Amino acid sequence: MSYIGIIITYVFIQNFILVQFMGLCPFIGVSKNSESAIGMGMAVTFVTAVASVVCYAVYTYLLVPFDLTYLQTISFILVIAALVQMVEMVIRKMSPSLYKALGIFLPLITTNCAVLGIAIINIDEGYNMLESFLAGLAAGLGFTLAIVLMSNIREKLEMTPVRRVFKGVPIAFISAGLMALAFMAFDSSLLTNLHLV
Amino acid sequence: MLTAILSAFLVIAGMGLVLGLGLAIADRKLAVVKDEKLVQLEEIMPGANCGGCGFAGCSAYAEAVFKGEAEIGHCAPGGAALAEKMGQIMGLSVDVSQEKMVAYVHCRGNVDVTGQEFTYKGMDDCNAAYLLQAGPNACKEGCLHLGSCMKVCPAQAIHRDEKGFIVVDPGKCIGCRKCTTVCPTGVIRMIPASATHVVACSNHEPGGKVRKECKVGCIGCRICETRFPSSGCHVVDFLSSIDYDGVHDQIADAAQACPQKCIVER
Repeated sequence: MSYIGIIITYVFIQNFILVQFMGLCPFIGVSKNSESAIGMGMAVTFVTAVASVVCYAVYTYLLVPFDLTYLQTISFILVIAALVQMVEMVIRKMSPSLYKALGIFLPLITTNCAVLGIAIINIDEGYNMLESFLAGLAAGLGFTLAIVLMSNIREKLEMTPVRRVFKGVPIAFISAGLMALAFMAFDSSLLTNLHLV
Repeated sequence: MLTAILSAFLVIAGMGLVLGLGLAIADRKLAVVKDEKLVQLEEIMPGANCGGCGFAGCSAYAEAVFKGEAEIGHCAPGGAALAEKMGQIMGLSVDVSQEKMVAYVHCRGNVDVTGQEFTYKGMDDCNAAYLLQAGPNACKEGCLHLGSCMKVCPAQAIHRDEKGFIVVDPGKCIGCRKCTTVCPTGVIRMIPASATHVVACSNHEPGGKVRKECKVGCIGCRICETRFPSSGCHVVDFLSSIDYDGVHDQIADAAQACPQKCIVER
């Protein structure tokens, strides 16, 4: 698969939130306003991209030579946890307001299955280092796309007269469902038609 | 077999060691320096995290005071003593004469005296009951008696008395206003802790309607206001309220004269 094909696959066709249902927790939790949604998206994109490369390196140069591939899950979790801690420290230093807005969802990137998911998908698909990086980047961008769209919808919903029983989270989940419906339009025939396979 | 176990152990332990060391160095390099004054402010806060000041918690309020975004003296649990201490740290003089405010349930209605439109058998929660036609009471501004305020009170100052009324203990109330926020009908409002009398009704409807809905409601007859000009009572929208900041020396007489007896002694 070409590089553009990988990007289109993970941004649209296999969008982590709206198609694969991974990383839903910050998707609802940090999508109340677009500013923190962009911040969260950027943080996740950074983590998925770097985690993909590091996990690929750990798998190929450490686990395969020692014949320890059965340890991939635990070693990936170790790497991701350390990376997220690092990102948290950087954000705390660089932007205290973003640090506050992200709150508990920042350390929760550690257990965000989107991050572990992309690391394992990279290995399963047999991507090389560059392809892994692109897949990780695209997965993060897909996450960012979904969460930013969602935050814009929710900002509009704040201004809309919504029935009291649907106010807040219920209408947010309904909107998320409708967005997932819209993303069903992207399927793998898109790649064939664009001659990217 | 043994080498397999050993290599697995060594690889994972080695990774943990390298990553841990990396994080330790990064933590030193990226440490955030806190101002000494801010640390001092955070230390003297009561730590109830009640949110009564309008900030997310005690440390958030301390930070806002430190940055000059908030004024000293919004902390109800800390009261005047804390305001003075915070003033010393910040080098500001503060007016600590502000009277302590406590919550009060402005309603004497219950199933016996207030008309019931239906029997509510749902969740034990005022807001849940309020979703159904604003609750079973005919009076939509009265107490629903389901005790949502009791659940949110951080000081356990609200209890149900033997007759089933919801009562706020003024001694225990820290004035955080959590109950006034959670109450769907707005029947809980703040009064000065030293207040002797209260208008125990919240119904803003005209007298005739109130009489149909509740036997103990304020009918807006204006006797307290017109016959006792210095009682401090003012009737707005058919509901009397006491102006605690002004003169209110005739309030005991007004309470006597109230035909509905809804000006009550505390």
